[in-house]
Amino acid sequence: MLSPTEWQIVALSLKVSVVAIACVLPLAFALAWVLARKRFPGMLLLDALVHLPLVLPPVVTGWLLLLSFGPRGPVGRLLNDAFGLAFSFHWTGAALAAAVMALPLMVRAIRLSIEAIDTRLESAARTLGAGPWEAFRRVTLPLAAPGVLAALVLGFARSIGEFGATITFAANIPGETRTLPLGIYTALQVPGGETQVTRLALVSVALSLGALVVSEWLARRGAAGERKGHVL
Amino acid sequence: MSVFDIDITVKRPGRRIALSLQADESVVAITGPSGIGKTSVLDAIAGLLRPLEGRIAVAGRVLFDRASGIDLKPEERGCGYVFQDSRLFPHLTVEQNLTFGLRHAEGEALTTLAECADLLGIAHLLARRPRALSGGETRRIAIGRALLRGPRFLLLDEPLASLDDDRREGILQVIERIRDRFALPMLYVSHNPEEVRRLAGKAVAL
Repeated sequence: MLSPTEWQIVALSLKVSVVAIACVLPLAFALAWVLARKRFPGMLLLDALVHLPLVLPPVVTGWLLLLSFGPRGPVGRLLNDAFGLAFSFHWTGAALAAAVMALPLMVRAIRLSIEAIDTRLESAARTLGAGPWEAFRRVTLPLAAPGVLAALVLGFARSIGEFGATITFAANIPGETRTLPLGIYTALQVPGGETQVTRLALVSVALSLGALVVSEWLARRGAAGERKGHVL
Repeated sequence: MSVFDIDITVKRPGRRIALSLQADESVVAITGPSGIGKTSVLDAIAGLLRPLEGRIAVAGRVLFDRASGIDLKPEERGCGYVFQDSRLFPHLTVEQNLTFGLRHAEGEALTTLAECADLLGIAHLLARRPRALSGGETRRIAIGRALLRGPRFLLLDEPLASLDDDRREGILQVIERIRDRFALPMLYVSHNPEEVRRLAGKAVAL
């Protein structure tokens, strides 16, 4: 069984990942929609910016976060003064790092599903009396659901595994920013920490597999609902 | 006052399509060879495509008038558009497709779900998904969806295309029933002279 410290690490990891994914999902959807549907100058730049965390070394992403969201960074100072929101050396910093690292994967998954939607279906909804927002809510959003689901799973897996940006930006503070990968890394530095490493690694595997199984189950349930039409 | 008072120019890649139509008949056919732009004209009337210039009025209601800056949004035009490719929503059941626009029906509902399903012979399909339907069934549901939206007029884009003779006759009868029952202004696109003779009071060639 897990020790109280290990439980703390697991619980913190889950909290950080869930908060990160929940907060970044609307942004990921908005970016995916804009990149899939709109053509504007600067689009390539936006696309590149979104994908940056995917190609940069995570440590560099963490350092950039420190520069901008750290206590002396412009955004960090602004948020601290306005809302008392501190990121560095705080679990919210770990969540921010996880969110930034998960964003490109989530945008890609959602964007693909939005690009696959036939815009003529939205036109059809408009002729049936639905305004742009209603057409979006009743046609676009449900048709993009598989992409959103994929984005949630990918994003969650990415956040649970986040290491480089987190340790650079939020440091490795027990109970505050020491998530699963950081916990495993720390245990590896301690003589005799192998059993702890094994237990935490097993939890990591279980969480990742769990996310996969849940998404598979949801996807199958959706497909089964559609198949009903054939049987009746 | 004409039922249809339309005079527009629509720009498509590489060409311009012009339609001028003043008609007092409630069913008017637009004919012409494929690819000439019949669908573009219907899209313009439905508000999915902005004409370069001109004016569109149906049953005395101005939908578009370049000169006075009127350009109603598609959802405000009150048209029941039966697309050539039907465009049923794949994530909804037949019943949910049929009732999609019901909440936007203006004034007194033209027809009810039960009456419409009966008229079109689709009552047994309500629980199905669109991809489990045949071509003729899909077409009938697209017609039903447009009717249940409570339209002020109907746009029918080759509703009989790519159907075999039996289904063709079935849909023709349905359209005749709609014409005689609801007295809705109808613009009917087709390149089949026989259909046009049977259904329409007037035909214009594009």
